Amino acid sequence: MKGEAIFAVIAILFIASFFYGMAANPDSEFGGADGQAEDVIAEITDGQYEEWTADSWVNSVKFEPPGGETESLLFALQAAIGAIVLGYFFGYYKGKQQSE
Amino acid sequence: MHIFEGFLPSPWWQLWFVFSIPIIFFGIYRLNKLVSEKRELLPLLAVAGAFIFVLSSLKMPSVTGSSSHPTGTGMAAILFGPAIAAVLSTIVLLYQSIFLAHGGLTTLGANVASMGIIGPVVAYAIYKAGMKANINFYVVVFLAATFADWFTYVVTSLQLALAFPAEVGGFAASLKAFMLVFATTQVPLAIMEGALTALIFKYVIQVKSDALVELNVITESVLNKIRGTSQ
Repeated sequence: MKGEAIFAVIAILFIASFFYGMAANPDSEFGGADGQAEDVIAEITDGQYEEWTADSWVNSVKFEPPGGETESLLFALQAAIGAIVLGYFFGYYKGKQQSE
Repeated sequence: MHIFEGFLPSPWWQLWFVFSIPIIFFGIYRLNKLVSEKRELLPLLAVAGAFIFVLSSLKMPSVTGSSSHPTGTGMAAILFGPAIAAVLSTIVLLYQSIFLAHGGLTTLGANVASMGIIGPVVAYAIYKAGMKANINFYVVVFLAATFADWFTYVVTSLQLALAFPAEVGGFAASLKAFMLVFATTQVPLAIMEGALTALIFKYVIQVKSDALVELNVITESVLNKIRGTSQ
């Protein structure tokens, strides 16, 4: 139980740090850090830089989610697939260990 | 940590591919060898891959007022080494860039370099050094996973700063600006990831400790020591 207790303390500290972040940045939408990096690039290059792949073949092989909802769905799917695999094998190992 | 499609100009995106591709191929070679020689470890490999899958899908808010996601690569790096961690990360990054438009295909080389290669190498180095120095196993796992996550974002900042040196101040000024975005956001997330990875390792030790010995992750005597203190 010791490991879980330490983890719980760190998790609580993490959540507390998030609330501190909310208080410290009241106007923030908590957008992605990569989006912020885009702003830094724009600042450094004076807004001159444009993605060079905009009209290339690259974008045609990719599937762009039609909106935020579909994007959340795909992210949830990614987490779910991973969680199923994690749970399945931990359960498998545990069951095997108990039957030995 | 993804660098968006088209946001690395030539020659940088090509250079990062040149850096990453040989390591991915070496990882595939290592993976094939592992699967053919130690087939019974396949489930553990799936667990390490699934851990990356779950963690990199969680976009978490941070103190700086922006969101970012953990990487989950520390576990794979400790268990199977950085080369195999690179292959697992590449699979995740491909999923995200093709289906989610997060990260790019042209910037895949750079993203694999930061998340799949340099982060795991850092984890592996810290893990090996920590175990040699006889530090508590869980503390070493925590440190390895935390710094693997954090270094991923440091490297992303470095990659962007190399490609976009500022007119005033050059590379150093750009690095500072990108680090402010990526590296500071990532600090609480990295600590959280380190703690979670240590917890997962506790369960691996509980249910499948023989695999860790077989993979030379820990020795028999270290295992007995961990068991002695945790029970």
